[in-house]
Amino acid sequence: MRIAIASGKGGTGKTTVAVNLALSLCGKESIQFLDCDVEEPNAHIFLKPQFDTTRSVDKLLPQVDSDKCTRCGACVEACEFNALALMGGNVMLYDSLCHGCGRCGLVCPTGAISEIPHQLGVVETGTTRGFPFARGLLNVGETMATPIIHALKREIDSSRLAILDAPPGTGCPTIAALHEADVALLVTEPTPFGLHDLKAAVEVARTLDVPTAVVINRAGIGNDQVERYCDEENIPIVLTIPFDRAIAETYAVGTPLVDAVPSWRKRFIKLAEQLKEVAR
Amino acid sequence: MKICITTTGTDLDAQIDAVFGRARYFLLVDSETLEVEAIENVPGAHGAGVQAAQMMVDKGVGAVLTGNVGPNAFQGLTAAGIQIHIGAKGSARDTLAAYEAGTLQTVNGPTSQGHGGGR
Repeated sequence: MRIAIASGKGGTGKTTVAVNLALSLCGKESIQFLDCDVEEPNAHIFLKPQFDTTRSVDKLLPQVDSDKCTRCGACVEACEFNALALMGGNVMLYDSLCHGCGRCGLVCPTGAISEIPHQLGVVETGTTRGFPFARGLLNVGETMATPIIHALKREIDSSRLAILDAPPGTGCPTIAALHEADVALLVTEPTPFGLHDLKAAVEVARTLDVPTAVVINRAGIGNDQVERYCDEENIPIVLTIPFDRAIAETYAVGTPLVDAVPSWRKRFIKLAEQLKEVAR
Repeated sequence: MKICITTTGTDLDAQIDAVFGRARYFLLVDSETLEVEAIENVPGAHGAGVQAAQMMVDKGVGAVLTGNVGPNAFQGLTAAGIQIHIGAKGSARDTLAAYEAGTLQTVNGPTSQGHGGGR
């Protein structure tokens, strides 16, 4: 089973929920943790894994042999992403637009295009507290996060319950993390901003055919609009975490809530049981 | 010389569209005969600046008059030796007059950010 923890809005507590869910379940069942927020992974701060393997994630960039190239423009025409142009008598490559699909090389009539790997980032794997932990890390200056998330998801062991800490937002990286999840656990805060982005996240999950459940974090601020929305949409609210200075303090020093306040463990265990129901 | 003016409409009275890669129309004007060809711009989801720069090359354009130009388009147009003039305002006709009077700015680098087409 795959549980993806997402939010729409950033900073609502995805990592808090993912980390505490993992720590509450790890003594009970076989789990694994994947930090899919490859632009800004942070679960390692709380789970303190030991990494033992690092693998490069590359995209293949075309390299044009100007002696063989006839400047026919077939590669420029074929590129879906406008990453190639024929300018001043040469084929120009726009690295950041290239998706590394290889189509240019396939259509080149003279075989002038070869491919060279270009590193986008890495996938690191290791263990913590007896369960596997993996994270993706996008290199600074790169914009394409999804190939790293796809590579990271290849670490999923289907015999384990996988907890995926998804990136914020509702764009391509979030979709990559949510795709093929059995349930999307959406963490929100009870504010107009939280509700707005929750709705967007619900739409994404529904489009991907992933059932949803909601965690309300910082309960006590804002208003009851999130609860009303969940009620109208038949989305179960599976956990409410109060807006509490003591909780914020444990987070600020990097201590997981269930380590600081062990009584929270049974609430996260109950949450996991409810998620199994939602996932059907 | 063929001059491209980015516009919101199809003739010389049309207003300037201040963006290059995602301009609504490219108005191609022959500076000798004032003959006009309007091309509707249909940018793809990715790399609009590159696509537009490629069109300028394919159409034999010698100078582009627009509001701003992004990094990808700048790189392409420069490599192709096409002049870039920015700061165009008002109608295409005003802009053409400003170009001929030499009052438009020429540029040495991109004048707007890209639009995140790399994602």
